[in-house]
Amino acid sequence: MSKAPDAPKVASLNDLLAVAYQIEIDAVDRYKLLADQMETHNNPELVKIFRDLARAEGIHGEEIRRLAGDFDVVAHAREIAKFKRSESPEEADLGSAHYLMTPWHALQLSLGGEKRALAYFTSIVETAKDPKVKAMAAELVEEEAEHVNLVNRLLLRYPKPKDNWADDLDPPVSQE
Amino acid sequence: MSAIGTPALACKPGDYKSDVKPIWCPGCGDYHVLMSFTRAFAQLKLPPEEVVVVSGIGCSSRIPAYTNCYGFHGVHGRSLALAAGLKVTRPDLTVVVASGDGDGYSIGGNHFLHACRRNIDMTYVVMDNHIYGMTKGQPSPTTEPEFDTALSPGGTGVRPFHPLVVALASGANFIARCFSGDPNETASVLAEAIKHPGFSFVEILSPCVTFRPDESAWKDMVHTAPVPETSDQGKAARRLMTDDGFNLGILYRGSRKPYRPPVGTTSIDLAELEKDFEL
Repeated sequence: MSKAPDAPKVASLNDLLAVAYQIEIDAVDRYKLLADQMETHNNPELVKIFRDLARAEGIHGEEIRRLAGDFDVVAHAREIAKFKRSESPEEADLGSAHYLMTPWHALQLSLGGEKRALAYFTSIVETAKDPKVKAMAAELVEEEAEHVNLVNRLLLRYPKPKDNWADDLDPPVSQE
Repeated sequence: MSAIGTPALACKPGDYKSDVKPIWCPGCGDYHVLMSFTRAFAQLKLPPEEVVVVSGIGCSSRIPAYTNCYGFHGVHGRSLALAAGLKVTRPDLTVVVASGDGDGYSIGGNHFLHACRRNIDMTYVVMDNHIYGMTKGQPSPTTEPEFDTALSPGGTGVRPFHPLVVALASGANFIARCFSGDPNETASVLAEAIKHPGFSFVEILSPCVTFRPDESAWKDMVHTAPVPETSDQGKAARRLMTDDGFNLGILYRGSRKPYRPPVGTTSIDLAELEKDFEL
């Protein structure tokens, strides 16, 4: 499947802030959805992790909103921050979820999102013409790099599960 | 399609979602399809109260409950019949029908043929995962012949149904294939399907992570169709017959006039009709 870059055009500082804000909000929505899924499938440990991740991304979104000052970053995000083909960079991959997934898997999803966001803002630093945009994108790169490090640190607490982590003693494939 | 672009207030995709939390398995492609629905509706600025999502039975058919539009969770395989009745009596509504490969191609197979033939202005979305998921993994009409499980030892050995070819041969006016893992592109195709007059058929490859974990490979197998869409039935037929099952995009866009029954007052008196049914 083609995953050609299709990111919104970032021509100004306000555009960049709007896109950065939207990326965080999209991540919040995705983590909330994953938390709901885990709640439905009675995986409380993962519910907590996904809700915590949603909360953390929400805080990042609010920080960007504050950074934008009087500028209505929410409205501008709704206007311009649309990823046409691919998903928003920090959205965790829904297709990788599993009802028996472990904290390690959740953090892997999170790590993937943070790395995509890092790559996205790095590409802005590399291509932006406006020095203000370049400088702000560089700040966002630092921020995302910090998040990557944070998730990597959290992963130290949760080692990779054994290969049989998805074994279910009461499997849904009851007729097998 | 109808009512597009008429609302005073534009809705966001989230406004088309209900408060009911989906109970699909985590990782199920249908979550993405739900997103594509709501994004397509938002893209077209459809007022939620002027959209009806009709479905049959199966995992995919749960979708009306998860939208904030009108919905009809009907009987197995009969979603198209319900939707056709609705659309001819209320042509002002946008009618989107949701189904799965079991509901749509097996139990509802006959309705599928005639819905294509009648060409009523509605959109038919089939979430195809090549398996009956809700009833725990029986082979469906699109299951590969060699798919080997305890329920079909050694595989069924039966040639799979080719929904897109059948749709074209039966008269569908718009044919597309999407992949659930690309919800934005799927939303764009759905928006095109809804806008296109007549019967639009959109097959969405939507992996079943529980009974077909092998379908997680689909994300690496799907690809944009190498040729642009066509309005030529002959070309479309050749392309679809040689298709690998993973070409994505709008594959055929026809120009048949949609079927619209005459609207007006009936000469039949309701009391007379009721008398005929008296016991």
